[in-house]
Amino acid sequence: MKKLAVRIYMGLIFLFLYAPIIVLIIFSFNKSKSRGQWSGFTLDWYADLFKDRLITEALYYTIAIAILATVISTIVGTIAAIGIHYMRGFGKNMMLNINNIPVLNPDIVTGVALMTLFISAGMKLGFVTMLIAHVLFCIPYVILAVLPKLRQLNRHIAEAALDLGATPSYALRKIILPEIKQGIISGALMAFTMSIDDFVISFFTAGSEVSNLSIMIYSMARRGVKPTINALSTLMFLTVVILLFIINKKSGEGEELLL
Amino acid sequence: MEKEKYLIELRNLTKSFDGVKVVDSINLKIKENEFVTLLGPSGCGKTTTLRMIGGFEEPDEGEILFEGKLLNPVPPYKRNINTVFQRYALFPHMNVFENVAFGLRIKKLPKDEIVERVERMLKMMDLENFGKRHVDSLSGGQQQRVAIARALVNEPKVLLLDEPLGALDLKLRKEMQIELLDMQRRVGITFIYVTHDQEEALTMSDTVVVMNEGHIQQVGTPEDIYNEPTNRFVADFIGESNIIEAVMLEDKKVMFDNHVFDCVDTGFEPNEPVDVVIRPEDLKIVNNPEEGMIQGTVTSVVFKGVHYEMLVENEYREYMIHSTLMHPEGSQVGMNIQPFDIHVMKKEGYGS
Repeated sequence: MKKLAVRIYMGLIFLFLYAPIIVLIIFSFNKSKSRGQWSGFTLDWYADLFKDRLITEALYYTIAIAILATVISTIVGTIAAIGIHYMRGFGKNMMLNINNIPVLNPDIVTGVALMTLFISAGMKLGFVTMLIAHVLFCIPYVILAVLPKLRQLNRHIAEAALDLGATPSYALRKIILPEIKQGIISGALMAFTMSIDDFVISFFTAGSEVSNLSIMIYSMARRGVKPTINALSTLMFLTVVILLFIINKKSGEGEELLL
Repeated sequence: MEKEKYLIELRNLTKSFDGVKVVDSINLKIKENEFVTLLGPSGCGKTTTLRMIGGFEEPDEGEILFEGKLLNPVPPYKRNINTVFQRYALFPHMNVFENVAFGLRIKKLPKDEIVERVERMLKMMDLENFGKRHVDSLSGGQQQRVAIARALVNEPKVLLLDEPLGALDLKLRKEMQIELLDMQRRVGITFIYVTHDQEEALTMSDTVVVMNEGHIQQVGTPEDIYNEPTNRFVADFIGESNIIEAVMLEDKKVMFDNHVFDCVDTGFEPNEPVDVVIRPEDLKIVNNPEEGMIQGTVTSVVFKGVHYEMLVENEYREYMIHSTLMHPEGSQVGMNIQPFDIHVMKKEGYGS
């Protein structure tokens, strides 16, 4: 009977966690505009989404920013991780801690801080500032994903490549990068998810002319929740779930990524 | 003085980590085709010395000469030296063939030459049909051979080996020792070998370099090192030994346990305090205790396979004895020592 109790308990927890999202998804297919009443199945709201110019524009910005931020932060983060990995002693610990702070720092603080920085630097808030902000908060996640792969490497593997005549850059390209590929891919997927997902930091750094989907949803919701929001949110949720699924598949044996 | 040709010369080589001198003013000359072993306990500086020769650590002071030319400024990828690393450091994302071919591909040799040389090397290592195999699917001994093949295929002048057999079990280790030695004779290149296993060092080397705390304690043939250790540390580290504080009365007369022994050592001051080394197998037990030069009581007997290891105590000290004949615990025995089995060493810090 203990088993049954455990199952019920687990069931309740999952229900509690996922009930809001399930309701959201169900109502994204609801024919009526009403938020409380089910009046038949429809895909109209999804169709409406792609007819709305503002929404398609936000979708474009979201994806463009996510792709660019992913590429840049993956490159920068991977190089940083390799650097940190080969550091010794005090400097290494300090770098690891410095890297963790942005992850733990409240998004709103990061967002406001970035906005202040951009404005004081005389930059106009817009696509570029939002991109810089996204690159910034993605880098630590890439580093956190790549470092464990580096730790798994045999300590002497890079030296072995040099020993056999490889220049340092050849050793990096042909030996180190292929060995940590898995970590880099996980890091990139995580960065992509974080970027698509982000609202708070984007809100403060995007300015008034550019919005991504989360800012869009927020401003639509202030004018009352339309079923299109449900549809849009459902799509975003599914994207993130699929990405998470791939990340966990990729990161594979032994090591779980902290999320 | 005859001028011999040396392949590698270390001059006053020094290296510190975090303010601790790991290698302290080491001087060493290594000849062509020599099998040199750096032997010592962990932390003695042997691996650091090897890594400086390989170019993976920069010496703080001193010079490394290779064929008479200064090697210090040459980066590791331009040195005509290859290394077999601890735990092999094979490239896991490449198969056996690609691992071995790595160095040759960098040299941009023609494809058919690469294939030919790699296959010849794999054949030499008994890995003929393993080319397509993933390195993770190989046993420890096989990975070891891939690591050696990967280094040797480049035809280096010197092969550095950093505890290459450390991860193998005893039986495989013994087999690989013989295989490695055989290989070194066949390819005719210099091996510089690092180990903490004294038996391994004695089995394989032309020259053994005993190191401790960053200093070279003794350089010599395995026989020299075993039979004529220069100090307490070497005597203690190489094989089992009884180290006894004694007094050198005059040339060829040494006294300990209130008995004057004949020995073969000369060149000490009258009544100079010395250390005497007697190997456990050189203490001969005589049947009648009264006939022995010294007497004692057996306090412990352990069967070791080839011999019995017995501890014999007298009023001065405890002796370790190896003998194929067993004397039961508690029995009174007498012991004799041949003059040439007594090795007298200067005490550290005395005269010299």
